[in-house]
Amino acid sequence: MNSVEGDTPVLQVRGLSLYYGSFRAARDIDLSIPRRRITAIIGSSGCGKSTLLRSFNRMNDFIPGFRVEGQVRFAGQDIYGGSVDPVSLRRRIGMVFQKPNPFPKSIYENVAWGARVHGFQGSLDDLVERSLRQAALWDDVQDGLNHSALSLDGGQQQRLCIARALAVEPEIILMDEPCSALDPIATLKIEDLMRELATDYTIIIVTHNMQQAARASDYTAMMAMDDDRAGTVVEFDVTEKVFTRPKDKRTEDYVTGRFG
Amino acid sequence: MTKTRAMLDRELTDINELILRIGSLVDAAIEHSMQALAQRDVDLARKVSADDAGVNALRFEIEEACLALIARQQPAASDLRAALAAFSIVTDLERMGDHAAGIARTVLHMGDEPLLKPLIDLPRMAEICREMLRLALQAYIQRDVEKAVLIIAMDDSVDALYTQIFREILSFMVEDPRTTSRGLYLMFAAHNLERIGDRVTNIVERILFMTSGELRELNPKVSKAVADLLE
Repeated sequence: MNSVEGDTPVLQVRGLSLYYGSFRAARDIDLSIPRRRITAIIGSSGCGKSTLLRSFNRMNDFIPGFRVEGQVRFAGQDIYGGSVDPVSLRRRIGMVFQKPNPFPKSIYENVAWGARVHGFQGSLDDLVERSLRQAALWDDVQDGLNHSALSLDGGQQQRLCIARALAVEPEIILMDEPCSALDPIATLKIEDLMRELATDYTIIIVTHNMQQAARASDYTAMMAMDDDRAGTVVEFDVTEKVFTRPKDKRTEDYVTGRFG
Repeated sequence: MTKTRAMLDRELTDINELILRIGSLVDAAIEHSMQALAQRDVDLARKVSADDAGVNALRFEIEEACLALIARQQPAASDLRAALAAFSIVTDLERMGDHAAGIARTVLHMGDEPLLKPLIDLPRMAEICREMLRLALQAYIQRDVEKAVLIIAMDDSVDALYTQIFREILSFMVEDPRTTSRGLYLMFAAHNLERIGDRVTNIVERILFMTSGELRELNPKVSKAVADLLE
């Protein structure tokens, strides 16, 4: 079992294999994701990082032929169990994507949308302000909440997408390469924001930028491809150890830039 | 430009605090080892010697923090120099702790042999060393080169006292060879203090590097004290 002592797990992955038709994209993954920490998943292209991440809130369900073996346990049950509603699961486990994807609506509507869909009862104005503040965007946009979200720059758009994810009050936020379309300063701002959010939320980030994993995460899972191209987790540990004293040769080769 | 890199700043601040902590442990070790020598306090000497383990452990903790910061935060320019300087400064501080423990162990070796002479210059040497150390820690925290370079002249005073003590004790030993072992005890103590002074000037070199990027030897390879004695 890939786990590190000390922090309580919020998500437990047990013997998970992920298939696209007959192709096995990930094999026998065991992983305990610590609560209110930032866990990075690193590894070379095609090793199954994003597939694994998307399996944590059943985003792969939309892909024809996708199939799961094993379990992803969250809040006392297997998320692939029959009684789990994927829509309410995705409210509790939100997602931020590689390219900022705000709706072509106002900044306000982008944040309020999810809450409306889920039948939010309180003050939408308060919710929008709180979410934008949490995403460190409020100061930038408070005077133009009715402006189009598309008028924001890339970094602001990504923070808006984070605010939108926060507005439905999730427990876990999945981030799939959230900075790959951003410049270095906007990237560092997102990383600072992730650090602040980690006091209240669990964050799991997939990144091909290993410097980002080193900077921004508490824990790192290193994935590599086996000969049959199925991804496995070869090492999971506190980030400091992975980047100073990795145990696995494949991790060593990857973090030193000698492979992958 | 907006301020970013809160984590990096926090980790650098943490390292500063750890350096201050190990610095004050070393300062206390110098103070107590000299007190043990002056008062022939064997218990205190044992304590100083035992407490050195704490200094050693803290040194590794700081090295670990620097290692983690470099690996995780990828510091550049002044941040990178600060991390490397801290890594180096902590080595000097740990060695200074060893020198203080060396004085304490000398006290243990002396048993109940009386001091060769009343201590006058040795406590002065120790006081200057401690002042140099305190100033170096302040200069490090404040990134203050002007304050740091004041230390170089203070080390000259330490060297001058060392030469003086050396000559004085030598004359005792020449006059009456039965005083040799008691003379050597005091010479050991003086030597340890002289080394402590040199270690502080190493720290000054690192502060200079950290603030300006300049790598310069402030402490000649053969210390002035030794050169004077060889003349």
